[in-house]
Amino acid sequence: MSVLLTGVELLHANGHRALSNLELNIAKGERVALIGSSGAGKTSLLRLLATSHKPTAGQLTVLQTNPWSPGMSRLKALRTRIGLIHQAPPLPARQRVITAVLAGRLGQWSLWKSLISLAYPLDRQGAMQALAKLDLAEKLYQRCNQLSGGQLQRVGIARVLYQAPELILADEPVSAMDPVLASHTLNILARDAESRNATLIASLHSIDLALKHFPRVIGLRQGIVAFDKATPDITPEDLEALYVNEQLALDESPKTAFIPATSRC
Amino acid sequence: MLTTALPRDPAALPRLGISLLALLLLWPGFHLSELDIPGLFTGENARIMGSFLAGFWPLAYDSEFLSIVGKAILETLAIATAGMTLAWLVAFPAALLATRALSVSALHRQGRPSWPGQVIRTVVRIILVVLRSIPEIVWALLFVRAVGLGPTAGVLAIAITYGGMLGKVYAEIFESVPADSTRALLLGGSSRLQAFMYGLLPAASGEMISYTIYRWECAIRASVVMGFVGAGGLGQQVDLSLRMFAGGEVASLMLTFLILVMLADLISRLLREPQR
Repeated sequence: MSVLLTGVELLHANGHRALSNLELNIAKGERVALIGSSGAGKTSLLRLLATSHKPTAGQLTVLQTNPWSPGMSRLKALRTRIGLIHQAPPLPARQRVITAVLAGRLGQWSLWKSLISLAYPLDRQGAMQALAKLDLAEKLYQRCNQLSGGQLQRVGIARVLYQAPELILADEPVSAMDPVLASHTLNILARDAESRNATLIASLHSIDLALKHFPRVIGLRQGIVAFDKATPDITPEDLEALYVNEQLALDESPKTAFIPATSRC
Repeated sequence: MLTTALPRDPAALPRLGISLLALLLLWPGFHLSELDIPGLFTGENARIMGSFLAGFWPLAYDSEFLSIVGKAILETLAIATAGMTLAWLVAFPAALLATRALSVSALHRQGRPSWPGQVIRTVVRIILVVLRSIPEIVWALLFVRAVGLGPTAGVLAIAITYGGMLGKVYAEIFESVPADSTRALLLGGSSRLQAFMYGLLPAASGEMISYTIYRWECAIRASVVMGFVGAGGLGQQVDLSLRMFAGGEVASLMLTFLILVMLADLISRLLREPQR
């Protein structure tokens, strides 16, 4: 079992209830899409699974481990097995692409190896392979601030491919790409997960992409699972109910506020 | 033509009020410090100042004096550089300990670090405050008593005071740069030092270099001042020249300070250039 949630609730510091009474069960090797309107709790759920948020109530098991049982070293070890793809790639502007990708395995490297690799990148082959999968091989020695928003998102994905985690969590991984590239990139991500029997959970704004690339789709609405079905069983009514009565002026929690991927490297 | 009266600037009156208030507050400052500018230009004072300033020209540039100045420059630079190196050795680890930017517990506590970490950070911050709260000249006077006249006192004084300053400012630079890349690395299971090297340093290095060079420049000036109390270098030379009323030598030495500061400025610019 990759992910097991029982009665999980998440309250943000400002009192906003991001998730309530969540029951979720995702097996190893599954590929799941999270859909729902802005503020539905997609990012909160992914951050919860990435051990970035601690549930305020309920049981959470990620990769057969309870992240919040005492012991920081266990949590650290668990975190190296989880790869989180951020919507706004968290890459320093002046860092070179190769270093940004190699940073994916810092959790597995010794301090000395990472120190040497900072001055003289050691695993150039590995970084090259990860970037080549995303057609970015020629950007290896460029700085991050020389790339476009879509390219940056793909560098962020390449970092996680290089990390090769057992659980890949992707928060709007293709939001800065055009539809064709977005579909292509999701396909690469899905194939990578499939080949390593890794679990992939991705939140997406585009329903089409979710239905096309993921065998299972979970619809979130106001922090509650609206539906959780295999893709062929999803009806148009399910989708309509998910987005109905949507307020235009959405009261988003700060955690889910959209940050344009191009504004920062 | 516009015949109607222009509407009155609504900001004018408050601005006038603030200006008057500022004058009202500044006046006691001048009064209490017993600043006496006209006194410089009247009677006996004016004559002394005049003859002293007249002595500034011509500049002293005989070879004997220049070789003394050359040695003093090297000594001053050596004091400043050695002091800064020691200061950096204190400041860098202290900044890593003091900064909240590398807190692992803050990740899942919505930005608030856990209390044991905060206790350590507070203790380190207090130590840094103690180091920098005593001016380097006071440290120098103490060390001159302890280790005798000479550059060692200056080096130690700079190391202590500037260690405190650098540590505080580094820690604040770390907290002011965007935290997302560092947090992402910590969340990927990397250690604090790894997250620092791959996430924080690339974002903070430019500001760190610029501030460190500026502090080096300050250290050159400080080592000059400490020369007056016997810590060697250019300051000691200025002290000697002043006592001998050798205005030309004093002027030459001041010109030397100017060149040294300009040099520091140039180095700082050159080091930051490739960062853009």
